[in-house]
Amino acid sequence: VYPAATAVGDTKLITMLPGEGIGPECMEALVAVFEAAHVPVEFETYHIPEPEKGLPASVIDAVNRNRLVMKGPFHTPYGFKGTSINILLRRGFDLFANVVHVFPMPGVKAKYDDIDIVLVRENTEGEYSGLEHSAVDGVVESLKIVTEEHSLRIAEYAFRYAMRNNRKKVTCVHKANILKSADGLFLECARHVASKYPFIEFESMIVDATCMRMVSNPEQFDVVLLPNLYGNIVGSVATSLGGGTGLFPGANIGPSGAMFEQGVRHAGKGISGRGIANPTATILAGVMMLRYLKMFDFADFIQDAVMSVYQETDIRTPDMGGKATTKQFTAAVIEKMDAIMEELS
Amino acid sequence: HWRTLSTANTMRTVALIPGDGIGPEISDAVKKVLAAAGVPIQWEEYPISTKNVVPGQDLIPSNVLDSIRRLGYGIKGPLETPIGKGHKSLNLTLRQALGLYANVRPCRTIPGIQTKFPAVDVVIIRENTEGEYVGLEHEVVPGVVESLKVITRVASERVARFAFEFARQNKRRRVTAIHKASVLKLSDGMFLDCCRRIAAEYPDIEFKEALIELCSGYLISQPERYDVLVLTNLAGDIISDLAAGLVGGLGLTASLNKGEHTVLAEAVHGTAPDIAGKDLANPTALLLSAVLLLRDMGLQEHANRIEHAIYTVLREGQVRTRDLGGKALCSEYTQAIISKL
Ligand SMILES: Nc1ncnc2c1ncn2[C@@H]1O[C@H](COP(=O)(O)OP(=O)(O)OP(=O)(O)O)[C@@H](O)[C@H]1O
Ligand SMILES: Nc1ncnc2c1ncn2[C@@H]1O[C@H](COP(=O)(O)OP(=O)(O)OP(=O)(O)O)[C@@H](O)[C@H]1O
Ligand SMILES: [Mg+2]
Ligand SMILES: [Mg+2]
Repeated sequence: VYPAATAVGDTKLITMLPGEGIGPECMEALVAVFEAAHVPVEFETYHIPEPEKGLPASVIDAVNRNRLVMKGPFHTPYGFKGTSINILLRRGFDLFANVVHVFPMPGVKAKYDDIDIVLVRENTEGEYSGLEHSAVDGVVESLKIVTEEHSLRIAEYAFRYAMRNNRKKVTCVHKANILKSADGLFLECARHVASKYPFIEFESMIVDATCMRMVSNPEQFDVVLLPNLYGNIVGSVATSLGGGTGLFPGANIGPSGAMFEQGVRHAGKGISGRGIANPTATILAGVMMLRYLKMFDFADFIQDAVMSVYQETDIRTPDMGGKATTKQFTAAVIEKMDAIMEELS
Repeated sequence: HWRTLSTANTMRTVALIPGDGIGPEISDAVKKVLAAAGVPIQWEEYPISTKNVVPGQDLIPSNVLDSIRRLGYGIKGPLETPIGKGHKSLNLTLRQALGLYANVRPCRTIPGIQTKFPAVDVVIIRENTEGEYVGLEHEVVPGVVESLKVITRVASERVARFAFEFARQNKRRRVTAIHKASVLKLSDGMFLDCCRRIAAEYPDIEFKEALIELCSGYLISQPERYDVLVLTNLAGDIISDLAAGLVGGLGLTASLNKGEHTVLAEAVHGTAPDIAGKDLANPTALLLSAVLLLRDMGLQEHANRIEHAIYTVLREGQVRTRDLGGKALCSEYTQAIISKL
């Protein structure tokens, strides 16, 4: 499906899937911030009341039309036998690269001050193939699929990302001492791509050692290239070290579209509906989307406002040790935007 | 059980596999400390090594396996594993051949060792025989590789039961099953089901479950959530290294492999080729593994004395190896522990 070219000046249409748990609250915050900034985008919002039934046709149509999604989390219950909405979206629209950036948030006391890690995670295969079966009663097999095509593609993405963003090093994470063929192929593809980028340093690291080194010396990491499941785990470690899951945004990038969401996807069922979720990661995911759309001024404007709330005030949601509600935090961001505008005029 | 018939003073023989890389140095430290503490153990050494692997022959000769089985107790240094190619991991082969189905990895913040993190006190119980480590992989067509993760009810229930028994015996209050059943619905789903079922038999122990990424985040920010953790093979490997990082590194964390008839102590860390042969390794991990082994053998007093000596040296902080920011050599640190005995 090839979307019609959008004329300059047109309002960009974005499909918004607020999701479950804290998703709707965070999305509301994002919309409020975008409106206050007069960002020329318009959200088409779809609620999916029965996620266990898969993606409704209307949502598939909308995503195909807009090719841009802002998404909240969808919770997958353990007993559920179907494929989760999260995976349907990623795989269905071939959003092969999951990018999560963990950076020093000014004013936030993180475990380390100079964490600046970009995680580039393969998003379509590996352990998430969904191929499992019971061989006989009491014996289950689960397939991890690694393909050369997808491994080369994600490695290429990681190196291009590193090059375009002036990054110095790519670390490929694997467990090829045990999964010699599967992770071995992933690693081999990464090495092959690395040889085309001699100006970017390349190293490989075993996944358990990666976790150990990340908590003891995260400064050594720059761009980190990971197979699917390790990306999930290491991503959680990195965001936790950076100050919290609620802070850092993520993007899922495909050949013809992209989807943006909180970096580490949590439904936050425990706190949902209470108006105390931290919307920072979601707002910054919106900022990532604006950069993707090359609306750099709007992106910088909103990011500056969010950062100065952290740097200059002590307005924090409970996950960051404060007492502010989602709405109060959002209002603080909007207030900062007003202040920035005032300074400019 | 026949083992309980022997008394604390009978001389017993334990298999010793010094291993590759820093293995021989840290094994030497173990021998010296245990000898100085008067532990009634004599060693039977087995030079298992990646260097001794002969193509076409068994990775570990069957007579060596038989000897370890006969002795029932062993301690080993790390064995090197080729990456992406070459023979299967010897560490793994040994665990599988000896039926060492549960891997116990306590991880506790040590007084005197500064960390940036809240105090950790967890025991990781890792399923040790199946999961991603079954070694079943193949190339379906060129460029497409499948790797099998195998989970069985028998192994899952066995390790779950082990975790609950461990919790009960060690006066721990809670067992948390770590999984990724949201994606691996059948495999981790079955592991989780087994844990739930076994949990019902232990009403005195609280049972919780957590997704692996939640656990890895919370171990950093709120480790007090966790007490005993039970995990599938690869998850256990990853989480135990993470936990080791939180308490000061791989040089400090102990590990004990348990089977029906055999117990094998081994450090969590690898061969550390960068520092091998330079007398720079930190032997604490293997020493604390030996302490776990002594406890398992019923040599409580010896275990306590050695552990106390190690903790004293670490707390005082005068003599420390480089990985902990000190200047001491492995041999100097070992001597410091001996002088505390
Ligand atoms: N944007 C956010 N703002 C505040 N808290 C968040 C945010 N995202 C994630 N969290 C927190 O991260 C944790 C993980 O959320 P999730 O719902 O996935 O797990 P959970 O089942 O609620 O975990 P638990 O019950 O163990 O706390 C929760 O404590 C949640 O409150
Ligand atoms: N006992 C120790 N004393 C001092 N430093 C250690 C010790 N164990 C590990 N290290 C340090 O941590 C690093 C990583 O350890 P480890 O050898 O486990 O890595 P690895 O990549 O898993 O190696 P392997 O392939 O041998 O398993 C080492 O290179 C070394 O610098
Ligand atoms: Mg390991
Ligand atoms: Mg290792």
